[in-house]
Amino acid sequence: MPATDHLTPNRMDPPPVAAPTALRRRRRLQLVIRYALLTLGAFFILFPLYMAIVNSLLQPSQIAHQPPPSFPLHPQWGSYSKAWTQGDLDVYLRNSAIQTSIIVFGQMVTSVLAAYAFAFLEFPFKRILFFVFLMTLMIPFEVTIATNLSTVSSLGWFNTFPGLTVPFLATGFGTFLMRQAFLQIPRDLREAAQLDGYGHLRFLWSVAIPLARPALAALGVFSFLGAWNQYLWPLLVTGNNNSVRTVQIGLKQLINTQLDQINVSLAGTVIAVVPLLILLVVFQKQLVRSLTSGAVK
Amino acid sequence: MSAGVSRRHKEWGLAYLLLLPALVIFGVFTFFPFLKNFKLALYQNPPFPGLPAHYVGLHQVGTVLSSTEFHQSLVSTLFFVAMVVPVGLLGGLLLALAAHRAIRGMSVFRTIFSSTVVSSVAVAAVVFGTLMDPVVGLLPWLGINPHPAILQNPTWALPAVSLIAVWQFLGLSFIIMTAGLQSLPEEILEAARLDGAGTWTMFWRVTVPLLSPTLFFGLVVGTIYAFQSFGQIDILIGPQNSQFTHTNVLLYYVYQALSIQNDPGVAAVLSIVLFTIMLVFTVLQLRFLERRVTYAGN
Repeated sequence: MPATDHLTPNRMDPPPVAAPTALRRRRRLQLVIRYALLTLGAFFILFPLYMAIVNSLLQPSQIAHQPPPSFPLHPQWGSYSKAWTQGDLDVYLRNSAIQTSIIVFGQMVTSVLAAYAFAFLEFPFKRILFFVFLMTLMIPFEVTIATNLSTVSSLGWFNTFPGLTVPFLATGFGTFLMRQAFLQIPRDLREAAQLDGYGHLRFLWSVAIPLARPALAALGVFSFLGAWNQYLWPLLVTGNNNSVRTVQIGLKQLINTQLDQINVSLAGTVIAVVPLLILLVVFQKQLVRSLTSGAVK
Repeated sequence: MSAGVSRRHKEWGLAYLLLLPALVIFGVFTFFPFLKNFKLALYQNPPFPGLPAHYVGLHQVGTVLSSTEFHQSLVSTLFFVAMVVPVGLLGGLLLALAAHRAIRGMSVFRTIFSSTVVSSVAVAAVVFGTLMDPVVGLLPWLGINPHPAILQNPTWALPAVSLIAVWQFLGLSFIIMTAGLQSLPEEILEAARLDGAGTWTMFWRVTVPLLSPTLFFGLVVGTIYAFQSFGQIDILIGPQNSQFTHTNVLLYYVYQALSIQNDPGVAAVLSIVLFTIMLVFTVLQLRFLERRVTYAGN
């Protein structure tokens, strides 16, 4: 039996009890190497974040110390309260929460409605309209900013939540994701519901959406990630005051302050990343599902 | 009969009503501004604000496309993409291979490896900006101390910014590669193993060929991601160092023309160029989605 097989205990039968010692030793060595590689990978990924946390808990004078301290022996939590109040992180986080909620909710609503039409209704120009939705995926938002900026300004939306969010209230990708999910629902179910006197909207609300919940969750997590991490558009449409400035732009603001505030910038960064780490841990499955759409059949 | 027709008409009305919200948003904020680029590109902005832009035909397009600034920007963009995508994909593949077997504690490693997918560009820029700082960073300790400092250095600024983008892309790359590995047909791998294929042969002759659709998907997604990178450069290099044309990737150039030079005409020309280059990749991405669409439709 080839030596690599032992590493899949859930797939393979347990190795024979009387396996030669040399083989067993070789397997153990391979396992150790594997863990060493995994740890090395984890180190590379986590190191920058770890250093950010360490430095956020140090005095600015300690950060400049060489070699850099690798552990905060006397953590200075003051940088966090400074980032929160003086750095206006409280305002930025609130703004980001509002902006993100509007976009996530809006994308879910418009995607579900459009996807229902494509999945369950017959109407003229259906194919053409579907193609129009497809085409939006070929036009990256970045190439529309010149005109969108002037559109938003002429609507009086510069430096407002509508200006930040309305351009993103529909998504071709989200519509596909939901259409896919709706197409999995058996046609008989629609017919049975029809016989029971369900109209389309009631069927959508009480049958289709509950059945498509996994896809809807995937879309929600995907939209959240995209909206929370937006950078270019909030930079363009938020003005010089804090009224709607999001946390990403707030971080840029923080880093542009003095060097002796570097622990405060890093504390702000740690605060800004926490909501997303929670998102990752809680909704990993949904996130993976949305990110790999199209990767595998 | 007539009841059937009116019911069908009612269904049409409902369908259009359901599509309307998305169509309005797409119309106003996607298709209109996209098409408007082609008009803006033909109008030159006056040197003084307040005067109307005047029609110059293709003159402005020619001026922009033949400028050294544009050529420099194109080279920087391609360099950035060529750094970020292969390194990010290879890193993601290695992590995915290491994390593929079900052994104790693997879910923790998987969460860690996926984690950079949630990091925003601003977070990554601030964190790496500190590490690369000439005073408080790690580089002086490591004995790497270029003058001028790494992020102000015409030679090193772009590779440094690419490194940040690689780190950020690793999470997504890992997720894509893991999904690909999990979808590989177990029987074929098993057969190859029973035929006595070694680890190396397995990898190059079996895994990589079977994984090629995933690698290709990763290439497409990664390239689109790289072309859209902007925040790292804005935060760490910024317009204050704009004399360093070396980091002026296309998207930053668009932003600079629009927001700093207040010149929508030039921004429109550059947007069209960016769109055209990305079109190859967005179309390919669409084909991946479409394949799933047909698959579900049947």
